[in-house]
Amino acid sequence: MNSPATEAGVAERLTGLVGTLRAHGVRIGTGETLDAAQALQALGLTDRERLREGLAATLLHGEAQRRVFDSVFDVYFPSRVGAPDAQPPADREALRERLAAALAANDEAMMGQLAVEAVNGFGGYGSSPGSDGWSSYQTLDRLRPQTLLARVRDDVRAQADGAGFTDRLLEDEIRRRIDVFRGQVASEARRRVAERRGRDEIARRAVPPPLDRVDFLFARREQLTEVRRVVQPLARKLATRLAARRRRAARGTIDLRRTLRGSLSTGGVPMRPVLRRRRPVRPELVLLCDMSGSVSGFSDFTMLLVQALHDQFSKVRVFAFVNRIDEVTRLVVHGAADPEGLGARIRSEAVLTDWHDSSDYGVAFGEFAERYADAVGSRTTVFVLGDARTNFRDPNLPAVRLMSERARRVYWLNPERRSLWGTGDSATAAYAELVDIHECRNLHQLSALIARLLPV
Amino acid sequence: MFTSVDDVSVRLAETGYLASPAVATTVFLADRLGKPLLVEGPAGVGKTELAKAVAQVAGAQLVRLQCYEGVDESRALYEWNHAKQLLRISAGRDETWDETRTDIFSEEFLLSRPLLTAIRGDDPKVLLIDETDKADVEVEGLLLEVLSDFQVTVPELGTITATNRPFVVLTSNASRELSEALRRRCLFLHIGFPEEELERRIVRLKVPALDEVLTESVVRVVGALRAMDLRKVPSVAETIDWARTLLALGADTLDEAVVRDSLGVLLKHQDDILKAAAKLDLGAV
Repeated sequence: MNSPATEAGVAERLTGLVGTLRAHGVRIGTGETLDAAQALQALGLTDRERLREGLAATLLHGEAQRRVFDSVFDVYFPSRVGAPDAQPPADREALRERLAAALAANDEAMMGQLAVEAVNGFGGYGSSPGSDGWSSYQTLDRLRPQTLLARVRDDVRAQADGAGFTDRLLEDEIRRRIDVFRGQVASEARRRVAERRGRDEIARRAVPPPLDRVDFLFARREQLTEVRRVVQPLARKLATRLAARRRRAARGTIDLRRTLRGSLSTGGVPMRPVLRRRRPVRPELVLLCDMSGSVSGFSDFTMLLVQALHDQFSKVRVFAFVNRIDEVTRLVVHGAADPEGLGARIRSEAVLTDWHDSSDYGVAFGEFAERYADAVGSRTTVFVLGDARTNFRDPNLPAVRLMSERARRVYWLNPERRSLWGTGDSATAAYAELVDIHECRNLHQLSALIARLLPV
Repeated sequence: MFTSVDDVSVRLAETGYLASPAVATTVFLADRLGKPLLVEGPAGVGKTELAKAVAQVAGAQLVRLQCYEGVDESRALYEWNHAKQLLRISAGRDETWDETRTDIFSEEFLLSRPLLTAIRGDDPKVLLIDETDKADVEVEGLLLEVLSDFQVTVPELGTITATNRPFVVLTSNASRELSEALRRRCLFLHIGFPEEELERRIVRLKVPALDEVLTESVVRVVGALRAMDLRKVPSVAETIDWARTLLALGADTLDEAVVRDSLGVLLKHQDDILKAAAKLDLGAV
């Protein structure tokens, strides 16, 4: 079943592609690789999009793997080689002009062409071989396609006479087109870098990270949706881990005092170690979740995860806040059926905000101490989820101190990277003197923390 | 069956199925490599329609196995017609047991179910295994055997092998993960919501009487709804329903009142309707 017509180079590319996909965790057997080779033979190399679909059909087994596949495919079967032939003068304004026209016409082919030119014109950095490269970030930073929104909107409005019903959809449509363009720039930059550094390396490193390394704060909507889908399997895994910790903990540690006292009868030689007895306590959990803006994706997810673990605890209570605090335990319990809409439902049914929309940790903690003081006792472990950005308001440290004195433990999970803590309006440094703050940027860190910190 | 990918698109379009490039390419490969095609995707994007269209193009008989919880071998593969066998035994009183035995286990008393039907006979066939995810795991095991070798063993008759391999389409709504083994034997195709351009062509084909400008607006509104965070986003089937509704209402342009009154055609949950109405500035519903 070999395919003699596919040349050696193509066969090599295909096996390289398969190898990289395997490195990204896609399980592909030799049989599928052979199918892919046959597909290659049947389809030929003339139409790249058909080739992409053909290889996807033979190599993949689920839609979840498609995103990784597309990026890897672009590296191994690039749409072109080298720099664009006709070198236009790298004039930023002219390029923005043409981009605006392409966005207005929703001409994806033209947008792709412009992405190529943009990366060529603005994406290059460094000069010595080895340290130079092409950056999509730099390209987009110089080109700023998002600032074209108003202009494109007005252009389209001017062309389509008058405002019909669909006029109100226009802005979101243009926003989606700009997102498409960003993706095109990213994949073009990846292609150029791959030419420089070698395909295998780039395909392994520069492809979007797997799900459990995606930053909660920067995750796009569809990534968050995917992340939410792993709540149940992750909860199952964590529950097993917690049970193991509980078993270990139940055996207890050596009680030195009683062991030594017992050793008196054997002349001071500790013949029989005495284990410390554990008083069985049923741990309780309280979650305080910041539901404002970008942090809410992280909060949503963690709530659902803890709710899925609820049978491990005697009691789980969840509170949400922005600048007012409210109990949402009931909503989270129901939310398990519809995780997608959880955040929206909490925001619409619970009283989280006062007269403004920005988060205020100080006021929220104060209100918590006032209204729900009974929620925190000596068996309670409190988790605070949020970035501790108080918008320069009073962090209300006394309320936090009170909470940390009454609770068994207080942990703070912060989705921001550690290097940003304490910058700007972040009160992380102040809170860190009272409670343990942990960096929790992605699923990987979260599951490690949950497994380690949850009380048993 | 097909000579090229373009051939697939053109001939499917003749039957009224507008295929995206991904669909056309994968159908072509499934035919060329002789592998079953596993189609996944949200409800109402035309997974079942695809199998019907392929059957029509190929001039093949469509054999359909609808899966449900509890579907078993006797529903999927074959069954002996017990009542008829009993009649046969009581009718032939004066023959020996050996004669009766060989007689009642013959083709005449075999009730052929979809999987066996698809394998027997010389005429071309398209086998549609619908909603595979609804069936139990044991049925998957049965499918593995049938789909890898295209043969079925009936103990009393021997092994029946397909002389003419059917074109197999399996559909799934992913309510349960299908086993890796089954996925490995198939080409995988995910049919998502179509691109705006394609959906416009679909609406124009299915509801030709609708005004062209209105068709475009319809597709754009549906696209906007799909971008929202709804419990159930509208599918192609709903788009077509909505287009028909607008035609029946005699609307020639979209405005707040028309959209508000007909939003129920597109969205099936009250929360979704409220949310969409708020986002589209429709006022109170």
